[in-house]
Amino acid sequence: MADSTTSRASFTLDSTLETVNRLELEAEQFAQRAGFSEDDIPNIAMAVREAAVNAVLHGNNYSTEKHVSASFETTSSDLVIKITDQGPGLDPDTIPDPLAPENILRGSGRGIFLIRAFMDEVHFRQTHPGTELTLIKHRTPAPAGN
Amino acid sequence: MSMKVSTRQVDGVTILDLSGRITLGEGSVVLRDAIRDQLAKGNKSVLLNLGDVSYIDSSGIGELVSSFTTVKNSGGELKLLNLTKKVHDLLQITKLYTVFDVKDDEASAVASFTK
Repeated sequence: MADSTTSRASFTLDSTLETVNRLELEAEQFAQRAGFSEDDIPNIAMAVREAAVNAVLHGNNYSTEKHVSASFETTSSDLVIKITDQGPGLDPDTIPDPLAPENILRGSGRGIFLIRAFMDEVHFRQTHPGTELTLIKHRTPAPAGN
Repeated sequence: MSMKVSTRQVDGVTILDLSGRITLGEGSVVLRDAIRDQLAKGNKSVLLNLGDVSYIDSSGIGELVSSFTTVKNSGGELKLLNLTKKVHDLLQITKLYTVFDVKDDEASAVASFTK
């Protein structure tokens, strides 16, 4: 699947639902251009949507004073997406397990879980203030002979 | 892009035919309001037809769970009908598939409600 095609784009956006939709669409387009499968593309787009929701809603709390930074980079081996908010910071170790019996009927709290389910690597970095979320999906090498 | 709801009554069961996206913002709010309206009318047997739901995010999943518990806490039943593969997979991943009563045939779904 992978070839040597590389590309990069970055954005600074308002803390709005339009930003969430915009980043979801960008993710879908980057994933398509990177040659991901029809199954992977919507999952990557959903992971980015969830990360964007975290940044806009839980990080920046829809503040007009705060922005969301996002970058998309396709390298020869990976699709790397970084989404950064200006919120109080998110400690991933404090996020309740949504699969635990006591949490299974909660009406929220599944976003980070879905991001981890759909991406190969997820990294959190505190940016004081704010959180940078790095999402990585590996591009599978094309089978020999193709 | 946004979600639409149309309502039918079949043999004492309220069927909500949902279409579009159930996501943070409008879609989740539309579903919440629709459930609230039905409970206010005394309709406590609710079947959510998700056959035309093209997309659902974690907020939408959360809203399905909240709908389920809201109806249950009101003494009613909420069941799901016609899951797309995407929604089915999401409910499996989040271990909610066994929480919901999921049906794939409307007539048998309607018949399964406690009358």
